[in-house]
Amino acid sequence: MPRSPSDKEKTAPVKRAPASVLKRIDPAALLDAAAFGLVAVDLDERVLALNERLATLIGVQAQDALGLPCVQVLRNRSGVQRCGAGETLESEENVSRTDDLITRDRRRIPVRISVSPLADESGLRIGYLKTVEDLSGPEATDHLLGSSYGFGAVIGRSLCMQRLFSMLPVVAQSDASVLITGETGTGKDLLAEAIHQASDRAKGPFVKINCGALPATLLESELFGHKKGAFTGAVEDRPGRFRMAHRGTLYLTEIGDLPLALQVKLLTFLDDKVVYPLGGTVGHAADVRVVAATHRDLGEMVRRGRFREDLFYRLNVLRLQVPSLREREGDIPLLLDYFLKRHSAELGRPIQGFAPRTLKILLGYDYPGNVRELKNIAEHCAHLCQEKRVQPVHLPAYLTEKPVVRQRPAPAAAEAAVTKGPGPGENGTAPEAWSHIEARLIREALVKARGHRGRAAQIVGCARSTLWRKIKHYGIEV
Amino acid sequence: MKVLIPLLDEAVAPRFDLATDVLLACLGDEGAVVERKLLIMPQASAERLCQLVIAEAVDTVVCGGIEAEHYDYLTWKRVRVIDNVIGAVDQVLAGLSNNSLEPGTILTEKAEGGC
Repeated sequence: MPRSPSDKEKTAPVKRAPASVLKRIDPAALLDAAAFGLVAVDLDERVLALNERLATLIGVQAQDALGLPCVQVLRNRSGVQRCGAGETLESEENVSRTDDLITRDRRRIPVRISVSPLADESGLRIGYLKTVEDLSGPEATDHLLGSSYGFGAVIGRSLCMQRLFSMLPVVAQSDASVLITGETGTGKDLLAEAIHQASDRAKGPFVKINCGALPATLLESELFGHKKGAFTGAVEDRPGRFRMAHRGTLYLTEIGDLPLALQVKLLTFLDDKVVYPLGGTVGHAADVRVVAATHRDLGEMVRRGRFREDLFYRLNVLRLQVPSLREREGDIPLLLDYFLKRHSAELGRPIQGFAPRTLKILLGYDYPGNVRELKNIAEHCAHLCQEKRVQPVHLPAYLTEKPVVRQRPAPAAAEAAVTKGPGPGENGTAPEAWSHIEARLIREALVKARGHRGRAAQIVGCARSTLWRKIKHYGIEV
Repeated sequence: MKVLIPLLDEAVAPRFDLATDVLLACLGDEGAVVERKLLIMPQASAERLCQLVIAEAVDTVVCGGIEAEHYDYLTWKRVRVIDNVIGAVDQVLAGLSNNSLEPGTILTEKAEGGC
């Protein structure tokens, strides 16, 4: 029989935490413990505090944002529009709305933002607390794709990809470390993010770090953080990527480039789940799932003593091998069509597809740069094509002007391509090839326009002044 | 050097795609501002701004947040894009004049506070 509230009060007195306990709680730690992004602002809408979750989402260091106008830090649509209209935050009070923001790494992500007033002990309003929830889950990527052949942002209908996709839900639901291997440009990064988005950690941060991009000392500080004064230039405490990825996923790309000294530290973390910042003696627990990727043969590196065997086995709990584009029979037309549609829609061009002759060239190519190279070729075509169908002339010159290399690159060559930066196969547009094709397009446009520069500029898709500059640059006679 | 800066009041707009006010400025060889023109766009559109950048043969765009596709397009068109900048337009022009402006520069004075 339900009891009346008065009975309840008599039998089960509510235990209240003493005020002294509440006063001992560090407000920054309280914010960091939240499962959502949080930002506290004063009445002038300047940032008073920003938790690590939000700092990671938008790509700033929390310390750097303090004191700045919130709209400049958060860059959310409704905030910018409200400021433009001269309205105050009071109009947003206790409202939860879907919105979007642009991160420091130039991604636009959907979010839900709620605003609550903040008052001091006497009840006087002193500011606002904004809650920011990241909505860029798997549903969002599926919607963007408009394709049923895929997992997250990875698409493909070949047998080997379908086999990979069938494993992914199981891999996502597990909390074990994952090792993703595959040639450069096969989509390891997308796969790692798709696993995160399909996992129970999807609401948590997805933090990525390239182990090959930084020198060892800097990488250690980036990964594990440092204490103020740990080394010259360490003017403040930094949490490091492991702590930033708390309750989320840390994606270590190019794990094969991780220096041996750091391999030991990573192994210790995987065993203890505790992070020791540089110059600090106190460890911090971090609940992080590690996903690592490499284009190198880690087994071979272990045999040569360049990668720790124990770490290899620790990471290799779940192994996903992403097939190269050559192995993905039937996926090339699907991907070409998908990327061309996407880029032509972005540019507002009504391109319907590839002409049969163009498709023949594209299907006969070997794609040493895999999906990344294919994507860049499709983008190149979308930019250059002014017709309904992409013709061979719109393809990057290296596909049509010299014999197509059909041999798979040697592993050493592939490594060199990664370490020395993208070549023509990576970005699709070598400077020489591009200038050559541009000059040819300008000549053709001038012929079509019978020498009329304004009309030629329209055909090429640039301003008259730009065309003039380019005519001069290429020494084209008009 | 011809510069385009999307504005929100007197500051660099937080977002390239939502800006309706745009400053076009020409900096002379000495770095001094020789021409200044304020444009009001009929509506906010990143594509329209990109078209404007190309049509006006702008060399440098200074902005806050910009999406990768617009950034890539402009850089592909050989336009220098200095993004993630926070600051008043006059500070930005001064930074361009003395060549000290780079992506991520924060020129706005921070208010006291923080917990």
